[in-house]
Amino acid sequence: MSAPAPAATSQLQTAPGAGFGIYVHWPFCRAKCPYCDFNSHVRETVDHARWRRALLAELDHYAVGTNDQPVTSIFFGGGTPSLMAPETVAAVIERIAHHWPLADDLEITLEANPTSVEAAGFAAFRAAGITRVSLGVQALDDAALSFLGRQHSAHEALAAVDVARQHFSRWSFDMIYARPEQTVAAWTAELTRALAEGPAHLSLYQLTIEEGTVFHGAWRRGELATPGENRAADLFEATQDVLFAAGRPAYEISNHARPGEECRHNLTYWRYGDYVGVGPGAHGRLSLRGDAGTPRKVATRQHRAPEAWLAGVESNGHGSREHRDIETPERLTEMVMMGLRLRAGVERTAFRRELGAEPEDVLPATALRHLIEGGFLELDAKALRATDTGRQRLDALLARLLA
Amino acid sequence: MTDTSHIRNFAIIAHIDHGKSTLADRLIQLCGGLTQREMKAQVLDSMEIERERGITIKAQAVRLTYPAQDGRTYTLNLIDTPGHVDFSYEVSRSLAACEGSLLLVDASQGVEAQTLANVYLALDANHEIVPVLNKVDLPAAEPERVKEQIEDVIGLDASEAVIISAKSGEGVADVLEALVKRLPPPQGDATAPLKALLVDSWYDAYLGVITLVRVVDGTLKRGMRTRMMGNGAVHDVEKVGVFTPKMTDMASLGPGEIGFITASIKSVADCKVGDTITEDRRPATEALPGFKPSVPVVFCGLFPVDAAAYEDLRDSLAKLALNDSSFGYEAETSAALGFGFRCGFLGLLHLEIVQERLTREFDLDLIATAPSVVYRVALTKGATIELHNPADMPDPMRIAGIEEPWIKATILVPDQHLGAILKLCEDRRGEQIDLTYAGSRAMVTYHLPLNEVVFDFYDRLKSVSRGYASFDYQIEEYRAGDLVKVSILVNAEPVDSLSIIVHRAKAEARGRVLCERLKELIPRQMFKIAIQAAIGGKVIARETISALRKDVTAKCYGGDVSRKRKLLDKQKKGKKRMRQVGNVEIPQSAFLAALRMGDD
Repeated sequence: MSAPAPAATSQLQTAPGAGFGIYVHWPFCRAKCPYCDFNSHVRETVDHARWRRALLAELDHYAVGTNDQPVTSIFFGGGTPSLMAPETVAAVIERIAHHWPLADDLEITLEANPTSVEAAGFAAFRAAGITRVSLGVQALDDAALSFLGRQHSAHEALAAVDVARQHFSRWSFDMIYARPEQTVAAWTAELTRALAEGPAHLSLYQLTIEEGTVFHGAWRRGELATPGENRAADLFEATQDVLFAAGRPAYEISNHARPGEECRHNLTYWRYGDYVGVGPGAHGRLSLRGDAGTPRKVATRQHRAPEAWLAGVESNGHGSREHRDIETPERLTEMVMMGLRLRAGVERTAFRRELGAEPEDVLPATALRHLIEGGFLELDAKALRATDTGRQRLDALLARLLA
Repeated sequence: MTDTSHIRNFAIIAHIDHGKSTLADRLIQLCGGLTQREMKAQVLDSMEIERERGITIKAQAVRLTYPAQDGRTYTLNLIDTPGHVDFSYEVSRSLAACEGSLLLVDASQGVEAQTLANVYLALDANHEIVPVLNKVDLPAAEPERVKEQIEDVIGLDASEAVIISAKSGEGVADVLEALVKRLPPPQGDATAPLKALLVDSWYDAYLGVITLVRVVDGTLKRGMRTRMMGNGAVHDVEKVGVFTPKMTDMASLGPGEIGFITASIKSVADCKVGDTITEDRRPATEALPGFKPSVPVVFCGLFPVDAAAYEDLRDSLAKLALNDSSFGYEAETSAALGFGFRCGFLGLLHLEIVQERLTREFDLDLIATAPSVVYRVALTKGATIELHNPADMPDPMRIAGIEEPWIKATILVPDQHLGAILKLCEDRRGEQIDLTYAGSRAMVTYHLPLNEVVFDFYDRLKSVSRGYASFDYQIEEYRAGDLVKVSILVNAEPVDSLSIIVHRAKAEARGRVLCERLKELIPRQMFKIAIQAAIGGKVIARETISALRKDVTAKCYGGDVSRKRKLLDKQKKGKKRMRQVGNVEIPQSAFLAALRMGDD
């Protein structure tokens, strides 16, 4: 499928509160983690100069028609973007600054693995323009790290956190919990240890078994058991309590921060703002204006396979696999599904902006009433919100509300 | 027109699997009715479902030409009758069209309950009965023992039984000779006013309604204007003919002959089995005896799984009714299942066959509610209503009394399973009437309430006897019963399509089973779900499904939007199969399984 460039259209000045982000995907890892189903690949060698050229070329492509609104965040994700050459990171940031106006408080995040090797490169990334790092610490227990297939020890990870603290004013780390056999007491202790590092932001994910991963195979064969619903709920509730008490309440299902320290780039996703996605497998959402001036919301998707993407960019200037309009009902689904993950919910202004309607007009009345009466949803003059109880059961809630 | 002395009309009485269709095929083959190429197994069972299940649903007739050993050529008419108790009236009409029967018994199995019922029908019809022992080539065949059984149980002389193997063809020619020698020729006056028995009718897409008839008196000719004596309907006969088994046109049919007519009749409802066809211009004074319109005894609701298929279901039911005058339906609305139809059937097999045909021939996904019998409810105000649907049960305060249909059941079972069968009958409020032995098989007769039989009785019977018990029944009478309606409530909302009428003594147990089953079948949801069984306002059983504690995707970023949305789209499709009861979503599969709970 060949995708036309969005050149014939111009960007709408929309989503002011939602921000406008640029996502850059680096698909390579040293090794595949057994739980990860992200678009990551292990290659013996990577031609950094060639990949740099390709990323820049795709930025050039997407700049056309989207560059009349300031960029509020850039995010290097992967894969393992801390394996990128710092020159590449610098060149990407430079090219973005060349094409787009930049917001004053521009946030530029890089995902990094907390190994000593990568930590040694943090200074260079700082120099390249990175303002925030998100470290894949995942656990503070060596047995758990080895189970998760990580290439670092707990000690090494904490050392990397120290390095990050020296170079970046904003830093965060990820942890994975609800591991097999993990008790609430053990997890609470591990969390307390993590909080002692003083992170202003923490991403705490319950381990989920994704299709196509090593864990999925083991789980299917009965060799790996994740906690049942009750223990998973106990762990989730304990997490909320500990983080709330520590002044880092959940602003999203799995993301906790001191007020003001939220990841702006991810907020853009959840607020259904616009974002450009470059690199293999990257997705984008763009508010454009069609030829006749009609507003459109476009979904973009790049080739997943690194080589296919590279070939696409080198022959066409982009590795786009999909470029299609999102119709109104899909738009409602996407916006509500993402927005209700946030404690703040979906603002009425977002409903007006995306759908030209109030939530009451577009959501099924019976389901809405049942969910509000059940204490799972709130709808007031400002926003539609899932309550704490509702967010803990968001998949079931969404199935009721949107399916 | 054939001289009646050269005609023999016969039916074959046999239990399922005793080889009736195979024998019929052999007879057709021997008489040259079809070439080898045209033969396919079970020629007469033309519906796919009949061939597959080995049962006959519609009566069919075939005319055979047989050069006998006495040098004369005979016309033999075979009527293939439905073999099941549900269709016993249809069977009796088919038998009334013949002078004799072959009693076909599997020499390795012996006489079964169903055979018995049909033999009695044949004896009632004054038939000459020729016993035929089939499958004598099987190692387990015991022809002598089975002969004894026929004499003991039925009281027929079996000394001259014909011994055959329909499968190999051995002895089949002897059957033809026995028919000619032992069956009486039909009687009848070709000059008298026309009297023809309507044996069956079915709808053909090209010819309209085809009517199978047996001429008793007079002559039925092409172009004649006929009158149905039952309802007075008048038709002009377009075609007259016989099945050889191919449809073959004739100029006329005379006394003793069996064949078909077509007369641009639009609906089989105008052609009731058992009615008498006469000539409009010169009618007979008296109709043939025994005509009664068929009355449905078992009812159930049929609903499309996908509400959008309602129109399809309606059209399909209309098409089925076109071909089955004993099947009736009317529109019904259920709060839980939406729009559907209340359908009436002659019995459980009939119900099963209709459902299967709707699913298979018309490609419909259906939910069927639990079968119900017809209750007679006397109201305090004096009127009596016939209740076909538990959901329509009046308020107990308005009911003076309820009567339910009782059946007389005959069960034949090998000795070693008798105890289990007796227990089953006693559990189902049965009253034993008789218990006799024939060799190692017991024959037991019970009075049973039909509502205990429509609820999984047949499956239980088969299971406790390892499949060896055979069962037959006829409706006997209505009796007063202490019956109550058990309603099922989900979060205090009644689910009308799950309500049942049961004897008070069994209400609690049945209610509890239903609640337990639903607890297993309804997935946990955001809300706590209370499932209750109640009689009026009194709760007799209760189960609770706890609410979900946690159900949320941990990670969801920009790239996941499309994937997650597709998941929701898929759930949206699944939701079509959900029924909303209050704030609870009940998957249709739960209804289906709850309604089928008799199966295990």
